[in-house]
Amino acid sequence: MEREVRWYSYRFVSGTRRRERLVSRLAPYLLGLPAIVWLAVFFLIPLALMLVKALQECNPATGVCVMTWHWSSLSDAWTNSSTIIFRSVTYAAIATVIDLVLSFPIAYWIAFYAGRRKNFFLIMLLVPFFVSFVIRTVIWKFLLSSDGLVVHSLQALHLVSSDYQILGTTGAVIAGLAYNFLPFTALPLYVSLERLNPALLEASHDLYAGRITTFRRVVLPLCAPGIFAAFLLTFIPAFGDYVNQQVLGGFGNTMVGTVIQNLFLVNNDFSAGSALSVIVMGISLIGIVIYGRLLGSKSIGDFV
Amino acid sequence: MRSTRGRWLGLYSWLLLAYLLVPIIGMVFFSFNDVLAGRPQVSFQWNGGTLRWYRELTQIVGLPESFWLSIRLAVASTIVATIVGTLLALALVRYEGKKFRGRRIVDQTLFMNIAAPEIVMGASLLGMFASYHIARGFTTLLISHAVFSLAYVTVTVRARLQGFDRHLEEAAGDLGSTPLTTFRLVTLPMIMPGVLAGAMMAFALSLDDFVVSNFVAGTTLPFPVWVYGATRMGVPPQVFVFGTLIFLLGAAAAIGSLVMSRRGMKRT
Repeated sequence: MEREVRWYSYRFVSGTRRRERLVSRLAPYLLGLPAIVWLAVFFLIPLALMLVKALQECNPATGVCVMTWHWSSLSDAWTNSSTIIFRSVTYAAIATVIDLVLSFPIAYWIAFYAGRRKNFFLIMLLVPFFVSFVIRTVIWKFLLSSDGLVVHSLQALHLVSSDYQILGTTGAVIAGLAYNFLPFTALPLYVSLERLNPALLEASHDLYAGRITTFRRVVLPLCAPGIFAAFLLTFIPAFGDYVNQQVLGGFGNTMVGTVIQNLFLVNNDFSAGSALSVIVMGISLIGIVIYGRLLGSKSIGDFV
Repeated sequence: MRSTRGRWLGLYSWLLLAYLLVPIIGMVFFSFNDVLAGRPQVSFQWNGGTLRWYRELTQIVGLPESFWLSIRLAVASTIVATIVGTLLALALVRYEGKKFRGRRIVDQTLFMNIAAPEIVMGASLLGMFASYHIARGFTTLLISHAVFSLAYVTVTVRARLQGFDRHLEEAAGDLGSTPLTTFRLVTLPMIMPGVLAGAMMAFALSLDDFVVSNFVAGTTLPFPVWVYGATRMGVPPQVFVFGTLIFLLGAAAAIGSLVMSRRGMKRT
């Protein structure tokens, strides 16, 4: 095929040919240029500047920063916030595991049982996204409050005592995270299950594997990439989130996102805020790099 | 036996979908809730139905402005992200190996952009805008929204392009079509579903975004940021009305795309 195309291009007069060659050689760069510039200037450079800012000393009152190369700001940020960082990692991990367990059955059902209505159910999974994330969380706050629907019903059934509270607890924060990020887990799982050949399940059954064995030895290994993508796409946003914690949580469950937001927008301390952001980015990068090594960075396109 | 399992899974799935819809049903329902006394704010005590908040939709200072800002922002950032992202997807799929040096770096940057925590993106953009004394407002919002939507558009369009039969373009060329005409009449219609899917994603991401906007908004508040600020003093009922309107808009777009894809499937 390659040869045919070449033969075809020889029919051009040489001047046109040379120009065409130049254009086709430059084409990928010209096509990609706007996006590459945009990503470099507004994504990569800000990240680099953030690292620089973490090493500077800034005057919160004037906003003037001086480069002092104090790498200690990173270790300071770590020692000051390690409890909060560990807490955020724990909350995000628990919420992600809950989401994996909750959404696996529905992903499985849509992939294998929904038939022609697949698209309808996929859109149903995405419907919550049509209502702003902030509004959804605020509504949960109302529903979970002490005079709200959930607590009232539980009290009416005498399942909990009259001074029972959900709002402000760690449980409420984790539940909010799990609620808000569930579609991010369900969709990658669905994509990987959809690709699974049902004949393999039958083969496993024919070879006398029980349901649990089939699930463990056939289904799980084959949709491991999807599970990993789901974990990454749920864990990282949940880890950096602060809306759920600020709306549904209380004093004892501050997450790292809240601290960063306060450092930047309340205390105006860009240096400390940048240092903590660098640490958060570093932790996220660990997951990103492991993913890239195992599955290749291109494969993320299959799951979003 | 298989069908019993399917039925249980189906029941579970419907329950999970219902759970996902709880706050939305609550929002739509309580957008009709009356307020008995005091400064109007949303409550989940049913006081009787009213259309008052739909009639007084524009009465709250700042709220309609923030709503329109969100819509304009979503439209503008979707246009930018869709055009720029689609061009990059074309470059990534069409030119491999030595034809496109640095392709791997671009790939990894896209991946990092999708996976990076929003708070880090917001904080780093704010840091950059502040150090170059760029005033925060619509422009900074547009730049930031386009940056996080772009990668999603690119990967969506790329997925669509990979199944593309390039012989069709060659055929167009053999029939004397110029590259631009070929792109307009052959390539673009073929990748259109991918481009539309990418654009819808960009639109939804922009409309929904809070974390990045909160950092780069300054005093120009998009709808989610306005609502978040209002939670401290009590949310006016009109917020639920605007929320319901956005929800209906999104649902209409989703149903539209579903119908269109059905029709497309029938034709082929």
